[in-house]
Amino acid sequence: MTAKQWRNISLTALILIAAAIWVFPLYWALTTSLRSEMRVVSDAGVWLDELNFSAYIQVLSTSKLPLWYLNSVGTSLIITVLVLLFGMMCAYALSQLQFPGRRVLYLVIVASFMVPAPALYVAKFILMSDMGLVNTWWGIILPQLIVPVVVIVYKQFFDAIPKEMREAVLLDGGSEFVLLFKLYLPLNWGITTALAIITFIGAWNNFFWPFLIVTGENMMTIPVGITQVDDAFGVAYARTMALALLAAAPVIIGYLIFQKRVTEAVMISAGVKG
Amino acid sequence: MSVAKRHKREVRSAYILVAPFVLVFAVFFLYPAIKVLILSFTNSPLIGDGDWVGFANYAKLLNDRLFYTSLWNNFYFVFLTVVPTTAIALLIALAVNTLKGRLQALVLTLFFLPYILPVSVVTLIWDWMFDFQFGVLQPLVALITGKPVPVFKNPYWVMPMIAVVTIWWTNGFNVLLLIAGLRNIPEDLYEAASLDGATIWQRFWRITWPLLWPVTALVLTLQLILQLKIFDQVFLLSEGGPFNRSYVILMQMYREGFQLNHGGYASAIAMVLFLIIVVVSILQYQLLRIGGRK
Repeated sequence: MTAKQWRNISLTALILIAAAIWVFPLYWALTTSLRSEMRVVSDAGVWLDELNFSAYIQVLSTSKLPLWYLNSVGTSLIITVLVLLFGMMCAYALSQLQFPGRRVLYLVIVASFMVPAPALYVAKFILMSDMGLVNTWWGIILPQLIVPVVVIVYKQFFDAIPKEMREAVLLDGGSEFVLLFKLYLPLNWGITTALAIITFIGAWNNFFWPFLIVTGENMMTIPVGITQVDDAFGVAYARTMALALLAAAPVIIGYLIFQKRVTEAVMISAGVKG
Repeated sequence: MSVAKRHKREVRSAYILVAPFVLVFAVFFLYPAIKVLILSFTNSPLIGDGDWVGFANYAKLLNDRLFYTSLWNNFYFVFLTVVPTTAIALLIALAVNTLKGRLQALVLTLFFLPYILPVSVVTLIWDWMFDFQFGVLQPLVALITGKPVPVFKNPYWVMPMIAVVTIWWTNGFNVLLLIAGLRNIPEDLYEAASLDGATIWQRFWRITWPLLWPVTALVLTLQLILQLKIFDQVFLLSEGGPFNRSYVILMQMYREGFQLNHGGYASAIAMVLFLIIVVVSILQYQLLRIGGRK
């Protein structure tokens, strides 16, 4: 072998080692969760040498994890659907229609990027309390419906669609709604799935807001709930890791299935912010 | 249909289309934004009415030692994360970019994976890895200091270790952006440089670095704003302790507003954080623009 080939092979090996170190925390969580509590605190080494599911069974049967799944799935789904629907409607009007206030609306949406979401939590909490929505699904959902990136990304994609198609439908007597849902949306399914996935992951992973607005164990979402179980378990490392992995499973599986879309969406939304 | 009539119909459709978003935006963004501003000039509790106190909250904040501690910790955290994470991400991106096909996709997936995890999953895992008695990383800590350290309860270790956890969690995003940037650099530039006998270093500093700069600058800007808003990891790993050594601005806002029932004071803290983020991002934008022109 030539020197250059040797260099390439050793470089590749180095990268693989680095990647292995990078995922080690996840590997270690998995290994811990598949051991008995006794073995976790013994000198058992770092290899995945046991497949003991008792921690998972205990967590699923004793904690409120199934209920938290339901809360997380429900609120995240509603947030995703509403954010996308409202966002695409608004973006369509901004992109295709002339109306008084159009420029102002667009500027306000762009400017809202500057405001860090948690800075408004005090006022949002008061608002939710006035509306009687503390510790409810809608209390979790409503303040999370502000995702200006979705409007801006949709607007950019709608801007790129040739005007001739639009004129043809309008001459046939179609309304703007027909245009949006029968032409513009189907042409943009790709970006729609991508935006749906990152909106869903964002809502699923949000910790601070649900933590503030939820006051009872039955209303908790996954990221909030799993921090509470920790206390109840005392020292129970295998169970805590099983809990963490069960909480992460939906997003990990979702990411592995829709990898390309996730990547695409992350890059497009970052481009908009910059 | 006449032009005027058609225009009227267009305007009506437009208002119907923007109505849901505008309504949600007005009620759950504009209203709270104005409310926070007004609250910051009152002595309101979290729930209930208060009196107008003018700039008293801001004056109090300027004399609040804990506020300076938080501010200092925020900037210390920015120092520990922003440039290091960008440098690490650049190294990873350059390395991953030398791989091809499926191997490249696999390695990229491994580096990106932590980014999609909920924050509490991340903190549970790292808390366990750094467990004082049984943590798998304690032998490593002992190698450096000679003895195990409860890192999230130690005033010197707490911020750097929260920074490590944060970098592990969020770095995948930066890697992704930088790889996209690298792929946009035309291949023939490197070929031409190789023909001229340029070394790897020369190729990096003359081609990669300047052409990648806009993306690097974007990563730095996004990171700076993100890390100024730190709360979740601190709250879950150390609750601002020990001895307030990891107390940050949002931690103070949370405690004043939601634990001590000082809605007005918490709003003033939120306003100051907002102002800091605006000023810092404008400053950084200007600096990076100058840096890019050279």
